Amino acid sequence: MALERWFRRNRPTKNEDDNSPAGLWLKCESCNAQIYRKDLVANTYICPECGHHYRMPVEARIALLADSGTFEQWSGGIEPEDPLEFNDAQPYAERLQKAQQKQGRPDAIVTGAARMGGQPVALVIMDFFFMAGSMGSVVGEEIARAAERAADEGRALVAITASGGARMQEGALSLMQMAKTTVALEVLAKRRLPYVSVLTDPTTGGVTASFATLGDIIFAEPGALISFAGPRVIQQTIRQDLPDGFQRAEFLLQKGMVDDVVDRRALKERVVEVLKLLTSGLPAHIEGVARAAAV
Amino acid sequence: MPLPFEKPIDDLEAKIRDMRAYATEQELDLGSEIEALQGRLDTLKRETYASLTRWQRVQVARAPGRPTGLDYLQHTFDGFTELHGDRTLGDDPAIVTGLARLGDVSVAVIAQQKGRDTKENIYRNFGMSHPSGYRKAMRMFDLADKFRLPVVALIDTPGAYPGLAAEEQGQAWVIAESIRRMSRLTVPAISVVIGEGGSGGALAIGVANRVLILENAIYSVISPESCAAILWRDAGEAEKAAEALRLTARDLVTLGVVDRVIDEPLGAAHNHREAAMELVKVALVEELAQLTPLTPEQLLEARYRRFRSLGRFHVAA
Repeated sequence: MALERWFRRNRPTKNEDDNSPAGLWLKCESCNAQIYRKDLVANTYICPECGHHYRMPVEARIALLADSGTFEQWSGGIEPEDPLEFNDAQPYAERLQKAQQKQGRPDAIVTGAARMGGQPVALVIMDFFFMAGSMGSVVGEEIARAAERAADEGRALVAITASGGARMQEGALSLMQMAKTTVALEVLAKRRLPYVSVLTDPTTGGVTASFATLGDIIFAEPGALISFAGPRVIQQTIRQDLPDGFQRAEFLLQKGMVDDVVDRRALKERVVEVLKLLTSGLPAHIEGVARAAAV
Repeated sequence: MPLPFEKPIDDLEAKIRDMRAYATEQELDLGSEIEALQGRLDTLKRETYASLTRWQRVQVARAPGRPTGLDYLQHTFDGFTELHGDRTLGDDPAIVTGLARLGDVSVAVIAQQKGRDTKENIYRNFGMSHPSGYRKAMRMFDLADKFRLPVVALIDTPGAYPGLAAEEQGQAWVIAESIRRMSRLTVPAISVVIGEGGSGGALAIGVANRVLILENAIYSVISPESCAAILWRDAGEAEKAAEALRLTARDLVTLGVVDRVIDEPLGAAHNHREAAMELVKVALVEELAQLTPLTPEQLLEARYRRFRSLGRFHVAA
């Protein structure tokens, strides 16, 4: 049944998380091939057999995108709070602490300056392994700061999204991060600096419905689940099976929602190329970038 | 149909009615008895509504008979003219847009519309828009900017519709665009949460200079039911989720998410519709008067600062 397949694919799998003490070998969640973990990592977390794109740790993402040795971290100076004193099965404060220890950062995001193909960029990378990459006050603030600092320094913005959506535990304040990130992007837009958004598996909810889909250019990784409402919610609403491939990157390309589906191994090249094209128009359009290059 | 916690109020009201009828029938003077009961009723109402739990407020926010977007458009505003269609795909009945007069100013209005009965609820999709609805709202934003019409948005939705067509047509994309488009308005914008402010579907028309909320309305990142289904793994725990989410008007003022609470008449808007709609009008006229002197640049800057500053965090030690 198609539905069961969905649930299987959507379930977070343990083995791709580099921090988990998994074995040397793992079975590909897509093609079932036995793969040597080192091969998977060396292959930028893509199954060497079937090309399935696994979720990627932030550090590997930086190594993939930034020119060697150019990444300089901006994020990390602020820490989350528990404004609602939220408590479900586990208090939010405890969840946060665990995630912070596991991932070694204050929240589900890393931002910083880098060069890509020699061009100055600001990188925004979401950490899905930190509370499912959910966006609370800190994630929103770091994105807003990165966008504004990029505008200040004449950098293009490149965002890699991976998120379950807004962070329920911060209530309406999380919801407001959708507006916050959006208004901060306006500062970048006013300087006519490019914003390239790369949607990776999974990008859902309030993140999809805000900064993630506001890119001048939107790329998506193969097979990535990209949605507003999750498949389960939709299934419960309409009470029928969802078509195969629904809400996957390729489906969204077909529907006109993304500019292209890009294999991770070609991602940097494609981003660099489009940044170059966007910033070599008529002179009035490249003021900001030209100034930054002159510095 | 009274809400569960309104039952004692309802019973007492019935008792007073009966006593009045009896007094008339028997030609008795029960004035002092009735007055005493009336006093008890007022106290009961005051106490009940002052101590509602968050979950009870959710029920009031969704109560049948509570004024809907169209009710406000017809009573709070004058000369409402509905304008249909998104010029791309269709006309979404879950969002009503048009022009109207507020006091002596023409305004562009956008209202999320739930049904007032089952038939209308089905037609309005329970106030849950498809992308077309947000496109229609953005058309209003364009019109408002061009003709210098202040924007009034009335929020009342469980959320943007989570369905197949909605996803295919880019629900997330239009919500993001609507947030951005509204943040770019060069005219005053006021949003009022009149009932249920459901997540991104509400925020899409909530990026205003002033965000108001009715006393018994709610505004939340996720519905209590969905939140309970995810965090408690049981939608039946919605009451707990409602408490945890801090989604009432007073909570939201504390968090800085809304700017002003509009008090409802004692007994809530669904029991005192006309009076509630009048109170909203008074608040809107006041707010608009304060925003009117601002230049487009000041309005943009104020809106940017309002939303840019939301969130709670501290500097790392």
